Amino acid sequence: MYKQNYLSKISYKKEIVPGIFDMRVVCKEIAQQAKPGQFLNIKCCEGLTAILRRPISICDIDTKNQEIRFIFQVKGNGTKLLALKKVGDNIDILGPLGNGYYINDQYTNPLLVGGGIGVFPLLMLIKSISSQNSTVYLGFKNKEMVVLEKDFHKVCSNLQIATDDGSYGHKGYVTQLMEKKLQKDPVDIVYACGPEPMLRLVNNTCKKYNIPCQISLEQRMGCGIGACLVCACKIKTTQDWEYKHVCKDGPVFWGNEVIFDD
Amino acid sequence: MTEINMKINIAGVEWNNPVVTASGTFGFGREYGEYIDLNKLGAICVKGLTLAPRQGNQPPRIAETPAGILNSVGLQNPGVKYFVEHEIPFLKKYTSKIIANISGNTVEEYCSMAELLSDSDVDLIEMNISCPNIKEGGVAFGTNARTVNSITREVKKHCKKALMVKLSPNVTDIKEIAKAAEDGGADALSLINTLLGMVIDINTRRPILANNVGGLSGPAIKPVAVRMVWQVASVVNIPIIGMGGIMTGEDAVEFLLAGASAVAVGTANLIDPTACMKVLEGLENYMYRNNIKDIKEIIGKVEIN
Ligand SMILES: Cc1cc2nc3c(=O)[nH]c(=O)nc-3n(C[C@H](O)[C@H](O)[C@H](O)COP(=O)(O)OP(=O)(O)OC[C@H]3O[C@@H](n4cnc5c(N)ncnc54)[C@H](O)[C@@H]3O)c2cc1C
Ligand SMILES: Cc1cc2nc3c(=O)[nH]c(=O)nc-3n(C[C@H](O)[C@H](O)[C@H](O)COP(=O)(O)O)c2cc1C
Ligand code: FES
Repeated sequence: MYKQNYLSKISYKKEIVPGIFDMRVVCKEIAQQAKPGQFLNIKCCEGLTAILRRPISICDIDTKNQEIRFIFQVKGNGTKLLALKKVGDNIDILGPLGNGYYINDQYTNPLLVGGGIGVFPLLMLIKSISSQNSTVYLGFKNKEMVVLEKDFHKVCSNLQIATDDGSYGHKGYVTQLMEKKLQKDPVDIVYACGPEPMLRLVNNTCKKYNIPCQISLEQRMGCGIGACLVCACKIKTTQDWEYKHVCKDGPVFWGNEVIFDD
Repeated sequence: MTEINMKINIAGVEWNNPVVTASGTFGFGREYGEYIDLNKLGAICVKGLTLAPRQGNQPPRIAETPAGILNSVGLQNPGVKYFVEHEIPFLKKYTSKIIANISGNTVEEYCSMAELLSDSDVDLIEMNISCPNIKEGGVAFGTNARTVNSITREVKKHCKKALMVKLSPNVTDIKEIAKAAEDGGADALSLINTLLGMVIDINTRRPILANNVGGLSGPAIKPVAVRMVWQVASVVNIPIIGMGGIMTGEDAVEFLLAGASAVAVGTANLIDPTACMKVLEGLENYMYRNNIKDIKEIIGKVEIN
């Protein structure tokens, strides 16, 4: 059996905050295989405009209804066109792609840290973790941009929100919440997804407290399957470093493998 | 339905059909082997190889353009020795022909690679003298007729396989370059490589590619590519592999009519992992629809006004 791209019907669409769309599509094959942290490579329109697919994280899976959920922010041409699609329309999706988060029952006390559009894959992750003792910190620009709070609340009692301007929850960055927690009670693993400056801070903090961490990287992509080699990221080797590829070797990497360029 | 013949012959190597992958868009075939039956390809042209392994350029390495993309991978590859030892055995499992694509900084490097590959199981060697993404060489060889002639001549001496020269479109007179390669002993030509381009993010006022400039490919370059294939076909007697923006069987027919004997699918793979199969099916459908029994019947058959 060969892998393939799937034409999947949109079953739900909602603009949850200005410019951010919650979309669900029906696709049995992807729903059955998807793991937390994996992504989809989505063709936003037919024809030659926005010709490349767009990588978007899998946010959640409903295996009963064979639905995949993803949430995206309108940034440029492609996401703008994707946002114009209606319930009932078909979209061409390649996935699930990449390696997701490493989940292991030995971790009884995990901490999940997300920022901005990086919070989406953490929803499926927290649902897949058996520990009842997980902590989730989510960071947003301001109150208006806070998304998925209810969804996370349903599955996690230790949820805290931070906003850059303090208009909701903690004022400041999620990494401050993280630092505060780690000072008094340690966790056994940190899972993170978010903008690069946040990931750097998470990585450094984990190093300081000697906690393993898994971070999900972003890079501009082409094929999404490891063939075109455009989505390079610097990964340590025993001697030095090498360029690995976010789509195939990641998007999730162990924090201590990743080199962030200055 | 009548039988159609898709077989073609490139420099003494028979292919089951004229569809080949464009170098650098298909890795070493492993990833796409999960999506399509690699036996159905006429040939597989692998990622550009260099003598020593290369890390390639800093990311971002890709930007989207109207109907195309700009890339600056910079020939990230594990080196020709690794290819011979670890990738050829995998490719050998399939009936499609194997094309190794080579790039170098010096004539000597090209010659060493040709020698190494001459004793391997590759069917053809594609000499890339047109990569816009590495500073040292590549394109420097490909933009001057004299150097094209001399490098082809030199490499040919070290090459026991059929040698195909890949031409750069970043030149004033493609015909002159093509003839220089043919005179140097090239057994076939492939064109076009990418056109040098640039995309600037107006908000950051910086180019999107870390390398600032990169190679333009995809449908945006197709008319340029068709024109160049046509021009080259009018002056050389060796087979041409045409490429540049082929997404469908109809696109492929255009290249064949212009004078290409085979067609390479590049950027389309990045968008649809089954693109090569769609191009092949489209080509076959065109033949059935137009009652063409042998693909060779349409090669070079454009009727010029
Ligand atoms: C593994 C992964 C998971 C992602 N998950 C999500 C998600 O769940 N929700 C979400 O809103 N966004 C996500 N992103 C970011 C999303 O891919 C980009 O915002 C989107 O591709 C921008 O496309 P555009 O058409 O809006 O922008 P344009 O500027 O029109 O895009 C032009 C090209 O640049 C690429 N590009 C532009 N910005 C980015 C970026 N930040 N990262 C990667 N490629 C980019 C596009 O894919 C496209 O190829 C993810 C990115 C990666 C790599
Ligand atoms: C991501 C990418 C990588 C490429 N790498 C190589 C390469 O290593 N060697 C080479 O000769 N051409 C390379 N090319 C050029 C293609 O083989 C082809 O000549 C060009 O893209 C035009 O065809 P297309 O429009 O169908 O992609 C690359 C193109 C792309 C898009
Ligand atoms: S996007 Fe092609 S290798 Fe990652």
